[in-house]
Amino acid sequence: MSPIVEVKNVSKSYRRGDRRVAVLQDIDLEVQEGEFLALMGPSGSGKSTLLNLIAGLDQVDSGTITVGGVDITSLSESELAAWRAAHVGFIFQFYNLIPVLTAFENVELPLLLTGLSRGERREHAELALRVVNLEARMDHRPPQLSGGEQQRVAIARAIVTDPTILVADEPTGDLDRISAEEVLNLLERLNRESAKTIIMVTHDPRAAKKAVVTRHLDKGFLNDVHPQTPV
Amino acid sequence: MFILKLLFKNAFRHKLRTFLTLLSIAIAIMAFGLLRTVVSAWYSGVETSSASRLITRNAVSLVFPLPLAYKDRIRQVEGVTLVSFGNWFGGIYIDRKNFFPNLAVEPHTYLDLYPEFILSPEERQAFLRDRKGAMAGKKLAERFKWKIGDLITLQGTIFPGNWEFVLRGIYRGRDENVDENQFFFHWDYLNETLKKTAPRRADRVGFYMIGVDHPNNSPLVVQAIDRTFKNSLAETLTETEKAFTLSFISMSEAIIVAIQVVSFVVIGIIIAVVANTMSMAARERAWEYAVLKTLGFGGWHIGRLILGESLLITLMGCVLGMAITFPAAYIFKKTVPMYLPIFQVEETTLYLDLIASLGVGILSALIPTWRAIRVRIADGLRRIG
Repeated sequence: MSPIVEVKNVSKSYRRGDRRVAVLQDIDLEVQEGEFLALMGPSGSGKSTLLNLIAGLDQVDSGTITVGGVDITSLSESELAAWRAAHVGFIFQFYNLIPVLTAFENVELPLLLTGLSRGERREHAELALRVVNLEARMDHRPPQLSGGEQQRVAIARAIVTDPTILVADEPTGDLDRISAEEVLNLLERLNRESAKTIIMVTHDPRAAKKAVVTRHLDKGFLNDVHPQTPV
Repeated sequence: MFILKLLFKNAFRHKLRTFLTLLSIAIAIMAFGLLRTVVSAWYSGVETSSASRLITRNAVSLVFPLPLAYKDRIRQVEGVTLVSFGNWFGGIYIDRKNFFPNLAVEPHTYLDLYPEFILSPEERQAFLRDRKGAMAGKKLAERFKWKIGDLITLQGTIFPGNWEFVLRGIYRGRDENVDENQFFFHWDYLNETLKKTAPRRADRVGFYMIGVDHPNNSPLVVQAIDRTFKNSLAETLTETEKAFTLSFISMSEAIIVAIQVVSFVVIGIIIAVVANTMSMAARERAWEYAVLKTLGFGGWHIGRLILGESLLITLMGCVLGMAITFPAAYIFKKTVPMYLPIFQVEETTLYLDLIASLGVGILSALIPTWRAIRVRIADGLRRIG
């Protein structure tokens, strides 16, 4: 079976003042379709950078990244934006919902880039909110929701376009234990029941336990493979 | 629909800031509208001037008179249908601050030549019959609460003494551009008095007003009149009524240019105000733009959101500004009726308001849009919190 995400010899550095700081060095990584991968590592290890590169939010210095058969490192800025809209669902640590929009409108937002009619958009957004069990709060704006609820809305927004991969950057980093557990269970359920490919960055071992595979990043290098349960 | 809703919600996120910005735009648009209206009012005399009327004056200066005897010779020029004449009287009513234009004219020909001054047949007859009779514009009569039959005394400046008139007619304009703030009386009254008090100044007129049979013939008639009086003691300068009015306006051109410059400075100020608001909004929402980019929205989408919000704010401010321009113009008109008698907010001014607002909306959004498009997603997301 060919991997859905294939990272080959990827290096990435940032300019800090006069010098370049290497963040990722010759990274190779494969993620199988339907896999739930946790990327762990200390702060500054480059895990969020790797996640951004896989999600097409940033450009590699060298190497290639193929997602669903598409070499995203060869895409232009606008092609990458269109690709992200169709293939990536992103879940942020701080939810990043648009505060003036309701939960429903936040979920509907990515659908504006599709050719769906208003009625179809409504149907899809309601379904996504039902999946995260928030249909009853669809008319609430983010400030009226708890942290856990906001993150569930963010998950609904991420899955509403039925993307190829879901990427989550510290999705429980800003939540209390109970809310974090709810969010992780939801991600686990999406992976198990809907076979969603999920790549999650975390430094919480409890969160990583929900993943199928855990990889560790340290000082820009990817280390061992820890399969927790068979894929 | 979704985008429009988002634009509205974004525009009113900071209600106080948006309200103050709207207020600034509205006041600036009102100021711009008023200044443009002042410029238009200044030129209103040009617009109302007839293409088939000429003015003949002394070639040296308007200050120097022309002999009354020129009247018959002008009348004989081919193409001339009517000749009237008059003098600027420059009288003061009670106090200098009560300024209004007052002229001595030959009333029969003058009323025929200027059909835009409408008098009832009775008042016309009464005015023509009474040598000491006068007619005043409706607005002027309202200003001083004059009624038909009132005795009006003007203190002469060019022609010294106290001059008494009986108000025999109150004219109204044929259309709204006609100045209803003027005062006319019989030239004969002036001339006969001068014959007694200053005989050297009698039988001299300030200017001739000439009707021509067709506007196309005006250039030929102009040449013919001036040729008639070439090498005489009082050579003439004949021009169309429009050119005559424009020559007056050109004397105050520096003021007009200054007003026009100030009106554009006002627009510059609004650009700065709106650009500041949009820059603040875009800076605060940098992370949201990064989120939208993450979701797959391109630079053009982000640009449309910023541009749309900027246009929405400026257009709302513009509509508000246009709405308050009318009462402001009314108050302005009531405050200084004698200097700018025709003071109306024109349709063109409203279009200029709209164009200026669109320009402000677009220019104000340029830098924030450019910044938002250029910001890297990772950098934008880093600004969260």
